[in-house]
Amino acid sequence: MQVKQRIERVSGRACVLRGDDIDTDRIIPARYLRCVTFDGLGEHAFEDDRQQAKGDHPLDDPRFRGASILIVGRNFGCGSSREHAPQALMRTGFRAFVGASFAEIFSGNCTALGLPCVTLTPEALNSLQDSIELDPAQEIKIDLAKKLITSHAGSVPLSIPEGTRHSLSEGTWNATAVLLEAGAAIERTAATLPYISRFTR
Amino acid sequence: MGTGKSLFDKVWDAHSVRELPNGQTQLFVGLHLIHEVTSPQAFAALREMALPVRFPERTFATVDHIIPTDSQRRPLSDALAEAMLALLERNCREHNIRFFGPESGHQGIVHVIGPELGLTQPGMIIACGDSHTSTHGAFGAIAFGIGTSQVRDILASQCLALSRPQVRRIEVSGKLGAGIYAKDLILAIIRQLGVKGGLGYAYEYAGPAVNALSMEERLTLCNMSIEGGARAGYVNPDEATFEYLRGREFAPRGEAFERAVAWWRSLHSDVDAAYADRVELEGRSVPPSVTWGINPGQNIGIGEQIPRPEEVPESERPALAEALTHMGLRAGEPIAGTPIDVAFIGSCTNGRISDLREAARVARAGVVAPGVRALVVPGSQAVAEQAEAEGLDAIFRSAGFEWREPGCSMCLAMNPDKLRGREICASSSNRNFKGRQGSPTGRTLLMSPAMVAAAALRGKVVDVREIL
Repeated sequence: MQVKQRIERVSGRACVLRGDDIDTDRIIPARYLRCVTFDGLGEHAFEDDRQQAKGDHPLDDPRFRGASILIVGRNFGCGSSREHAPQALMRTGFRAFVGASFAEIFSGNCTALGLPCVTLTPEALNSLQDSIELDPAQEIKIDLAKKLITSHAGSVPLSIPEGTRHSLSEGTWNATAVLLEAGAAIERTAATLPYISRFTR
Repeated sequence: MGTGKSLFDKVWDAHSVRELPNGQTQLFVGLHLIHEVTSPQAFAALREMALPVRFPERTFATVDHIIPTDSQRRPLSDALAEAMLALLERNCREHNIRFFGPESGHQGIVHVIGPELGLTQPGMIIACGDSHTSTHGAFGAIAFGIGTSQVRDILASQCLALSRPQVRRIEVSGKLGAGIYAKDLILAIIRQLGVKGGLGYAYEYAGPAVNALSMEERLTLCNMSIEGGARAGYVNPDEATFEYLRGREFAPRGEAFERAVAWWRSLHSDVDAAYADRVELEGRSVPPSVTWGINPGQNIGIGEQIPRPEEVPESERPALAEALTHMGLRAGEPIAGTPIDVAFIGSCTNGRISDLREAARVARAGVVAPGVRALVVPGSQAVAEQAEAEGLDAIFRSAGFEWREPGCSMCLAMNPDKLRGREICASSSNRNFKGRQGSPTGRTLLMSPAMVAAAALRGKVVDVREIL
């Protein structure tokens, strides 16, 4: 069993990736799903976008090198349920995501890996993006307990679903152990379902 | 304000094992479907934790994403695909999980075989490591796409930890016009509500136009809920649902079937059910729809023009510009007449027998235009067999389409079926994302399978009603 890792704060430099509706096919093209482990995915994150941008992609911007927080727009991670997407970003070095909104399967996958996805109001997100682009060397602090994000632009409140915040800060984000704690209640629930108890042939 | 319960509420509550300390619900999963792409790491994690599969009889597996469609003969010509298939076979054997492989006669796209085998039933919580799991909601099931960590959770505990979404009722009045399909309806819904409109919601599709849809059309409708941001979408079960299930391999039989129908009926949303909100749409206003951009919400009716920047809200203008740059299309131009290079008929959205019948009706009217590569990929071995029994394969072949073996194929291009370079593809699939069909600069126009067949014959986007 894994050791519980409590995640209450993430701090580090940030990378600003502008644009809405960035889908998981762009984060990790499907050809890299031809694998049976997640190893090595990091080097292919946003591969096609980066190639097309010819070095002008935020992930290739030397000012953002070493960033551990990715600042995105609205509906980030939409599309495919591939966990390869957060796995690739995690293996690139990202430990948290800040945006206006996240696709649900993506943010659920992130939680399962211990990577917080937090949201800001559009105004707060804009000023955070501007502040980071002006001063990419600054340290950004995400505090899940106080629900605040701090940058040179000041401290602003962040949003995160309470269940997610709880799992991350209690170190129970790897759900398998929590689910197994239910014990025989799982079989009891199954036995109450008509399609399990009453329609078998 | 209603005080009754929606089908969603009833099914969620029936499967609730307990409330978790973090406020989420631990839900029992009645049907778990797996495939070769998102399961290997889950089995590896299970092995690492030395855990068994808790309910092996409630998980079913097939191979769909990586399988070649020219020949399924083993070993697969693609060595990496063969390795992924062989690993899935081994994992299933080791854990006593039923596997529908190429030799089974039941292989196919996971969201096509679940319903056709009668595995998908009303009132179930269904999960699969694939975002298009929402498809199964067509039966009045609540079905969630999940990631690999959750596949691991289900294998280990048969449960998911989830936060309860809100339920939005989408009511479609009247009926769809001739030559208008479920694909057009879901594209119209996403166009209206946006690709992020469904975040935090499950969609309940209702109203006369929805009730009039066949089960296969309902599958198409629910399939693309996720493209609207809704993780789940469903239709209340009715006589059409029960008749579809009667006699299916894994459906209850005889007296048990009647008991099942009685329970399935009881799940229907109450007339006074409470919804977070309601949206209305007029069935007869839905046009044959075609995407012009790089997300499924960027679509218009066949008779319309690609929007100009000044016609969209300021916040959407950068996305419009990005989409048009990628697509090589011009604002203000009609979408009709756009030349195509490739036509793809298939996918979990539109790879079922009724889709192939409609496309074949069109294909009968001519031959594929010179220079167009046209593929028909049935959704499953059963669909292929039925189509061949009806002579649809011969119709497609003689019109110049390639008739392939079942799989996900060019929907996401994890097998050799890919666009090349800047090719533009009329596609019956579900996503027009940049690079989705295998070429980073490739372009996708989503539309109904009949519209794809029409585009293949004319070599350009046309209104299928001119041919039907």
